[in-house]
Amino acid sequence: METCATDHRREIRFLLNDDEQRVAEVGAEDTLLDFLRLRRRLTGTKEGCAEGDCGACTVLVGRLAGGDLVYEPVNACIRLLASLDGCHVVTVEHLGAHGLHPVQRAMVAHHASQCGFCTPGIVMALAALWLETPAPDDAQIETALQGNLCRCTGYAPILRAAKSARDFGDPGDDPLVAGRAGVAARLAALRDGRRVEVARGDSRAILPADVDDFAALFAAEPQATVVAGATDVGLWVTKGLKRIGPAIFIGHLDGLRRVELAGGALEIGAGASYAEAAPALVAAFPHLGDYWNRIGGPQVRAMGTVGGNIANGSPIGDTPPALIALGAEVVLRRGDARRVLPLEAFFLDYGKQDRAPGEFVESLRVPLAAPGARHAAYKVSKRRDEDISAVAAGFAVTVEGGTITAARLAFGGMAGVPKRAARAEAALVGRPWAEATLIAAAGELPRDFTPLSDWRASAAYRMRVAQNLFRRFWLEQAEAGV
Amino acid sequence: MTGIKGAVHRDLAHDSAVKHVTGRADYTDDIPEPAGTLHGYLGLAQVAHGRLRGLDLSEVAAAPGVVGVLGAGDIPGLNDISPAGTGDEPVFPETVVEFHGQPIFAVIAESRDAARRAATLARVEVEPLPAAVSIEQALAAGYPDVTPPLKLERGDVAPAMAAAPRRIAGRMAVGGQDHMYLEGQIAFAIPGEDDEVTVHASTQHPTEVQQMVAQVLGVPASAVVVNVRRMGGGFGGKETQMNLFCVVAAMAAKRWNRPVKIRPDRDQDMIATGKRHDVVVDYEVGFGDDGVIHAVDATVTARCGFSADLSGPVTDRALFHADNAYFYPAVRLRSRPIKTNTVSNTAFRGFGGPQGMVAAERMIEEIAYALGRDPLEIRRANFYREGRDLTPYHQRVEDNIVGRLVDELEASADYAARRAAVLDHNARGGVIRKGIALTPVKFGISFTATWYNQAGALIHVYKDGSIHLNHGGTEMGQGLNTKVAQVVADAFQVDIGRIRITKTTTEKVPNTSATAASSGSDLNGMAALDACEQIKARLVAFAAESRGVAPEDVRFAPNEVRIGGEAVPFDRLVHEAYMARVHLSAAGFYKTPKIHWDRAAGRGHPFYYFAYGAACSEVSVDTLTGEYRVDRVDILHDVGRSLNPALDLGQVEGGFIQGMGWLTTEELWWDDEGRLRTHAPSTYKIPLASDVPRVFNVALADWSENRERTIKRSKAVGESPFMLAISVLEAISMAVASVADYRECPRLDAPATPERVLMAVDRLRGV
Repeated sequence: METCATDHRREIRFLLNDDEQRVAEVGAEDTLLDFLRLRRRLTGTKEGCAEGDCGACTVLVGRLAGGDLVYEPVNACIRLLASLDGCHVVTVEHLGAHGLHPVQRAMVAHHASQCGFCTPGIVMALAALWLETPAPDDAQIETALQGNLCRCTGYAPILRAAKSARDFGDPGDDPLVAGRAGVAARLAALRDGRRVEVARGDSRAILPADVDDFAALFAAEPQATVVAGATDVGLWVTKGLKRIGPAIFIGHLDGLRRVELAGGALEIGAGASYAEAAPALVAAFPHLGDYWNRIGGPQVRAMGTVGGNIANGSPIGDTPPALIALGAEVVLRRGDARRVLPLEAFFLDYGKQDRAPGEFVESLRVPLAAPGARHAAYKVSKRRDEDISAVAAGFAVTVEGGTITAARLAFGGMAGVPKRAARAEAALVGRPWAEATLIAAAGELPRDFTPLSDWRASAAYRMRVAQNLFRRFWLEQAEAGV
Repeated sequence: MTGIKGAVHRDLAHDSAVKHVTGRADYTDDIPEPAGTLHGYLGLAQVAHGRLRGLDLSEVAAAPGVVGVLGAGDIPGLNDISPAGTGDEPVFPETVVEFHGQPIFAVIAESRDAARRAATLARVEVEPLPAAVSIEQALAAGYPDVTPPLKLERGDVAPAMAAAPRRIAGRMAVGGQDHMYLEGQIAFAIPGEDDEVTVHASTQHPTEVQQMVAQVLGVPASAVVVNVRRMGGGFGGKETQMNLFCVVAAMAAKRWNRPVKIRPDRDQDMIATGKRHDVVVDYEVGFGDDGVIHAVDATVTARCGFSADLSGPVTDRALFHADNAYFYPAVRLRSRPIKTNTVSNTAFRGFGGPQGMVAAERMIEEIAYALGRDPLEIRRANFYREGRDLTPYHQRVEDNIVGRLVDELEASADYAARRAAVLDHNARGGVIRKGIALTPVKFGISFTATWYNQAGALIHVYKDGSIHLNHGGTEMGQGLNTKVAQVVADAFQVDIGRIRITKTTTEKVPNTSATAASSGSDLNGMAALDACEQIKARLVAFAAESRGVAPEDVRFAPNEVRIGGEAVPFDRLVHEAYMARVHLSAAGFYKTPKIHWDRAAGRGHPFYYFAYGAACSEVSVDTLTGEYRVDRVDILHDVGRSLNPALDLGQVEGGFIQGMGWLTTEELWWDDEGRLRTHAPSTYKIPLASDVPRVFNVALADWSENRERTIKRSKAVGESPFMLAISVLEAISMAVASVADYRECPRLDAPATPERVLMAVDRLRGV
């Protein structure tokens, strides 16, 4: 590899508002927020929490997906600077540079700012919505604002502003819309297909040229930190003060972002964000629609990846229980070697996954549903949106001729890893599809799990809710008339 | 003739609205840093209680980028920042660590990142001592009160209780609350000549910061300037809690003669600064079969943390509001401000009032469930009214409008029909249960520390006719500057664009009170008006003299002054006055009349007036998980004659949602070691946009007018709407009660997290 080192690019290139940036001094831990505030003195973007939970630092990041330029809301506090190579970063200063943006005008007209500190982030989140859906309904507005906290207004005037933005301007006049082709061309011109290696001090960041380059690189440097969306790794940096260099950034690899149907399964590239995976996933599994929209907020769904949610092995990750229930398999790759595991087998113990040094999650395969399958996915949390679950559950039960022939029940928050409820499953299979069967199976749960008490929920509540979800499943299926 | 732009009693956008939405509003962290600026960070204790045996900061000091460290031994003046002068709150402790997360040293470095990393390298040796983290533990361990308790008593409680046909005794636990202002604590100190230092900070109380910096540095207050342009939210969390950061920044700035900025990260901000007091209320209420209360005996025990801070006045205010809108013929209320090994709790919107009021509403609920009646009937039966208008602190309720507010809201919210529908829905069984509740608010306005009820303002009229407005209040988002500017525009009858709003600074208006207790507009609006009147009087005298007319014939009309038959543009008159050597600057002053308070006797007139409101909330509760949704909320709130209805509406909506968060999803959770584990928005859940009621109808009582001569007959609005959210807790409670056919008051503690709701459901079902 070192033979071609001279071909590596030694700077990242991206657009910041109107200006092209070429930055050579970039450490693995550098965040976009600090770059904006400290190195460019763009102080409109605020730090509220440095963990991607309050949205005060929301900016737009435009990237080429296929040939299209898409703008997504992003938490600048945990978005690592190196990952912006080839992107267009839009801050609040840019949005109002040529007269107030319709979203900004609506916010002023509706008295939607009080202290104003969350406001730039709210404006950017609503600008992202505006680009996709200029005349949104209430549900779309609430979804767009899931990742933004406001402590003053009670949101009511913000909701009114969002609803009326269309009265304050035309999407066609938005420079981000009108200038789309120009920006896309500028971004395309930044791409040179080379590996990028940058550093600040002794902290290195590497952006492989493609997936094969990544595989080779990681096999050679297995101690490196792999960074996809940084919705988890970003917190290691901002909260844990962890040094993550050398870090291999993979968010730009188109080859890892594919979501496609193949061989009776939906194959989701490990680098596909939650938002990218959603359309195909929800089309195949409609019960995941609401569930998926409760993963983080739009910023987290735009950044975070399904692969990362799995690879980091959180006991309370939102995707594993639902995907395990669906019989998902994980494709692991090291160099050119691949192996496939049932997803539940990947999680060995708290903080421990079945992943060899230099091996990475390449994709996920979710088999399409068999006839007679009944599915559900549940998340119970203190706050409905943008919260970490107390209990998450995925149910998949196959009923043939009134008898349950197969059952996969997986839970998060009930053990050190996402885990199937083996005894409860056993109590279902071969029994008639009836409420009593489900209640009996729920009674087995204390033999499957010994949950912990913490600030999210007590052990007693976790168990109680997990059991009650069996009844919820029955009621929903009965209501659906199936 | 048209009126002026920005008149009082009209909607007007917040003066910084355009700057807010474009990111051009500068907060303390956005001020350009002079060359050589250093950054500080605090090191926190990792035990809840213990004797400090050793503090080895050599590795911290040797870390890359570090300029130096500061500990208790480096304090030049007094090692105390207790706001009430109780001497129990060191900047850094010298011998004993009193809570997990207590700041014990500071590190100063070339960058914030370097300071943060270095702070983790300290070697702290602490000999652990037994710790009391919760109220129960503190009571069991016989911990003292941090400040003298209060007793309010009226009538003969014991016989009245004994004679009451019915009696209920109970206990309610009410959780605390983190302020979760979006902008955290921050201080930025710039050294000056001699002993001087200037501190930019996000504080609600510049004068107190000035005093604390002076006493910790050992310099006179005149050497210290404190500036605040705006805060990114305060809510009481920046009334006293900024002192620590300011004194450390100032100490470091003087020590190294370089500007020093300190900004904790969110975790440190939440761990090391105080919160709303959580309380346990033990109550006994005696009442008749008609639901009328005969006697109340209650004790409010508050987790105060390791020091007094503002716990005295906070727990006092809890008692002042343990009656809410209800007359207690015989009453005894006691506070127990108990010490604990936790962060020292502090001011938070409502300042203890909400905790007292929740208890009052719980007693009403107890009576209603015991009698099988609609709680609203019990409320009505106990409202203050003529002949039954004496509060437990012996102040008469003379401006009562709660009856009219509740009647109007009951009609506009269609309460009766909706309650019937809720009962119907629940009668059908089912997993989703509904609840509805209509609760009132009566909130006392004035600082109970009487001397705080004063304010100053400074107004300059420049010779070009532009006006510079300064007052002692601070802007934290509430729109105070906008409202005061409207008052000034109205006084001079000039367009508001003429008035420049400037940062709050101790250099212009001295000895200010905290912007707190909802008092900002009441006090500073009046002080500004006083300054305007002084300048106007001089202009009138000049105009009359120069034109040879009587002073009565000089009148301020929109953007001009009518002098006899002549109309002179405002700026022309000002310029003429300047040329004639008229003094065009004035310092205004105001003190609230009528108020007095004898704490030892528990008697007086602590409140100038009361603000009222009422809210009706309907919820749906999932009895399988305890999750819920607020379906509809109707509010009718009293702001007197509003100075700015748009801004006041914003306070009502925002206050309500913040109160709803307190009573629903915002849960503070300490582990067995006394560590706060909910210390960031990832673990501490304030409401989101999707938690806003599906239908949210908020109205101001446009007929209301303050009986007292407040600024333009308006009423304070900062805190009173917060407590409207008690209606949500009670609606959830009703939904829970439905599973046992309303036979029992569910006694749902707050916050009513889904877990508490489900556990209450199971308890009533006997599961």
